[in-house]
Amino acid sequence: MDSVGNIILYFVVAIAIVVFSFMAVRTTKLLRAATYLLFVLIGSAIFYFQLGYQFLGAVQLAVYAGGIMVLFVFAILLTHNPNEKAKPLETHRRIAGAIAAGLGVACLTYALCTMPLLNGASLSQCLAAEEPITMKMIGTAFTGTNRMQYLLPFEAVSVLLLACIIGGVVVARKR
Amino acid sequence: MDLSILWYLIPSVIMFACGVYGFVTRKNMIAILISLELILNSADLNFVIFNRFLFPGSMEGMVFTLFAIAIAAAETAIAIAIIINIYRSIGEMNIRLTNKMKN
Repeated sequence: MDSVGNIILYFVVAIAIVVFSFMAVRTTKLLRAATYLLFVLIGSAIFYFQLGYQFLGAVQLAVYAGGIMVLFVFAILLTHNPNEKAKPLETHRRIAGAIAAGLGVACLTYALCTMPLLNGASLSQCLAAEEPITMKMIGTAFTGTNRMQYLLPFEAVSVLLLACIIGGVVVARKR
Repeated sequence: MDLSILWYLIPSVIMFACGVYGFVTRKNMIAILISLELILNSADLNFVIFNRFLFPGSMEGMVFTLFAIAIAAAETAIAIAIIINIYRSIGEMNIRLTNKMKN
């Protein structure tokens, strides 16, 4: 049995995610789409907090909601007039998109209904089953080379970020 | 009432479907990138949910999501740099009209 506060928080965040992700792909103003995307990302961060991954929620807020959204807003304001509206969609595009989305939902629903792994454990049982994840555990997982430790991908990500910085400078510089 | 795994997977499925719809219908390149972020975010959410409900006691889903967030940040930064560069050279954001990258 989960606490009432958890259930209420779940419903508020779930409805917000559904509504805002729908509006993010339907609105004609680009800046509003970016703002709705920001709300969806914050909603997922709240889900991470609720599921007991505090560090992951903080990373989601800092990197996605903080960093990527600023990039989006800068890019939109650099290339668009804020009052300009996008042209309405062509009908066959809209039908194709609805068919693709519907197919995706149908496949995922079928997979969920037939998945043998589904168990009926509730959130409070799962949270009680393990000790909370500490920063020490995360640090050991990222800086070791044994089983379930990830030093090599961690270093690969740092090289990737360096390549990203250099690539961004090279692509965006004035000639 | 219990919050089981299905309750958390449903918003993730709807987020994914909205992302696919936007990816197919949108014409503006930044709007397509926004839809792509929705799809990526639903995948991240799924990693974490399966980790919490099916394998409590390990944290591999969380580690994968951390890597996915880092890579998504790099990918978005490069994509936006390319989009602004295209806009500077041909003055157009519509994906259907940008079939030539140079001149």
